[in-house]
Amino acid sequence: MSTAAETTATPAPRAAGPKVALFATCFNDTMWPETLKATVRLLERLGCEVEFPMEQTCCGQMQTNTGYGKDAAPLVRRFVDVFDGYDAVVAPSGSCVGSVREQHATIAREVGDDALLDRVEETAPRTYELSEFLVDMLGVTDVGAYFPHRVTYHPTCHSLRMLHVGDKPLSLLRAVKGIDLVELPGAEECCGFGGTFAMKNADVSIAMGADKARQITSTDAEVVVMSDNSCLAHVGGLLSRHRSGVRRLHLAEILASTEEEQL
Amino acid sequence: MGMPAFPEAAEEALGKTQQRHNLHHATHTIRAKRAGVVGELDDWQALRTAGADAKDEALAHLADYLEQLEENLTANGATVHWARDAEEANRIVTALVKAKETDEVVKVKSMTTQEIELNEALREAGIDAWETDLAELIVQLGGDLPSHILVPAIHRNRSEIREIFLREMGQVGRAAPEDLTDDPARLAEAARLHLREKFLRAKVGISGANFAIADTGSLVVVESEGNGRMCLTLPETLISVVGIEKVLPSWDDLAPMLQLLPRSSTGERMNPYTSTWTGTHDGDGPQEVHVVLLDNGRTHVLGDSIGRQALRCIRCSACLNVCPVYERTGGHAYGSVYPGPIGAVLNPQLRGTASEVDKSLPYASTLCGACYEVCPVKINIPELLVKLRGAVADQERPSAESAAMAAAGWVLSDPRRLGAAQKAANSVGRLLGDRTIRTVPGMGAWTSARDVPTPPTESFRQWWARERGTQ
Repeated sequence: MSTAAETTATPAPRAAGPKVALFATCFNDTMWPETLKATVRLLERLGCEVEFPMEQTCCGQMQTNTGYGKDAAPLVRRFVDVFDGYDAVVAPSGSCVGSVREQHATIAREVGDDALLDRVEETAPRTYELSEFLVDMLGVTDVGAYFPHRVTYHPTCHSLRMLHVGDKPLSLLRAVKGIDLVELPGAEECCGFGGTFAMKNADVSIAMGADKARQITSTDAEVVVMSDNSCLAHVGGLLSRHRSGVRRLHLAEILASTEEEQL
Repeated sequence: MGMPAFPEAAEEALGKTQQRHNLHHATHTIRAKRAGVVGELDDWQALRTAGADAKDEALAHLADYLEQLEENLTANGATVHWARDAEEANRIVTALVKAKETDEVVKVKSMTTQEIELNEALREAGIDAWETDLAELIVQLGGDLPSHILVPAIHRNRSEIREIFLREMGQVGRAAPEDLTDDPARLAEAARLHLREKFLRAKVGISGANFAIADTGSLVVVESEGNGRMCLTLPETLISVVGIEKVLPSWDDLAPMLQLLPRSSTGERMNPYTSTWTGTHDGDGPQEVHVVLLDNGRTHVLGDSIGRQALRCIRCSACLNVCPVYERTGGHAYGSVYPGPIGAVLNPQLRGTASEVDKSLPYASTLCGACYEVCPVKINIPELLVKLRGAVADQERPSAESAAMAAAGWVLSDPRRLGAAQKAANSVGRLLGDRTIRTVPGMGAWTSARDVPTPPTESFRQWWARERGTQ
């Protein structure tokens, strides 16, 4: 941590940062607007010009992963239409970005649309999960955040194994002022959400989630943080049912929190 | 057939606390061991690529390599048989055993013979097939089904094994000593003595093969205990049942495999026993060698450009050991000798998706990707699962699910419709305030153990429009 960062909680905004399109993802847009507001606040604080194209909807992950890939084709078309021409598309969701980067091309191939495939191959590599964008594109790990609480982090599977974000989220968290970051035992094991898996194989999903919840409470953390609200909703739902008192927060919300504007 | 679909079988398995404990312990132990020995190698990713490439080359020109294999095996004194399916393979093997005028055979642990249910077929013909692998022996004596590719008795612990040995060994051969304890060395000794008399008596041995080398006509078995080598060398006649996908082009291709397989399967740097045999040799080993080359759905899988990669599988079981779903359900829930992630993609491809269990297997995964990451021959299991889900969904159309997906697609394909749906959620949110939602009609599976997040009173879209304008 630099001396400057210690004295000023918020780094100076860049004069002319990149123009960023926020991909809200349908789930966050509908259920977790606070995560998106935090993402906007954070990116703007770091000097980005954030736009929210109103015509956006969904990446089609639910259809694709449940076996309705062809039904996701209109959503893929909409995605490339809406996000064409931006320097970067950023979403606070590992699994939705995973869907864009790893599955949109497969869908375009499946429906035999070569023109769509070309456009996917142009848009998909410019679509980033939040921590990737911060570390790789903006080149920052200390985003000037302040969060004086005991926190544990679960790296969601699609961030970890589809996007290979590695320890980028952790390096961002480590730089947060005041944070007491504790390691989560069995962190790399899936929480059991898995989209429609949570419904189709509810018993196994709950058994996995219960183990994850137990490991989270074993750390005595006040807050569990992830970069996917879907996994958080699943694990958070279990923690809440057991009245564990552990708070669930998205990575964006912690990174957006500052001394002036505390979460 | 008649097996329950995965979710029901899994629910039952989850209730077996001892089994869950055994599985958790065993999978975590072997997982850590594998990670340790894989981590020692700088060129692991290059090895994975070499392994995948060798298998892909063999699969791309399978007919040529199989002909080469047959030619070299025959030239070396073995007899090659071709079997289209399980029934044909079982008929061939049964006839070969009967011709030797014996009513028992000793077996090397083999997934292929389990896949075709050879032991059951031999039993019907009045022939006892004795499993000689320690874990397979436990499963066989216990009247049980294997639940893991490599460690078929993984669901059993030491005291259960002791009870099985005491109860069953005397029924079929040399009894276990009455003072048998659950000390692993004592259990292994009891098995050794029980098996020894079978090895020395049997006239026919039956094996599978881990690899079949086309350019030399050699078969390869890797194992840890040496029981396999006893079966491969002592009986007068050896019958090897080999899936056609086991072929490798050349002896050189074996090198990466002998590094990839033990590290991925048992977490060892090399196998304690690697046995190879090439036809017959006067006065040394079996004097009559038969090789049954089995299709049983494999050429069908080969015809699918994406599905084909499943045939690279070298049955190491790394994907089982790392799978969080397998860890909690065990192998029986998959309704096949191929459980875990590889079973979830292999069975529906080999057997088709007509039965309830085969239809449910592609969904028996969270798509967490841990299986793909550890696979030594880079089988993209999540990609295959998604593709197979597509096949199942198409086959089931029209269904309640396809209607729901179409409806969701209709809402999600238009921002105005999505906005309208969000407003409905917002009014629920306003109605509930800070209250915790514990049950929601139609969300039984979710709400049985999880609270539901309360919808916000305003979507992000609305907030942005209010704060920043619509463009």
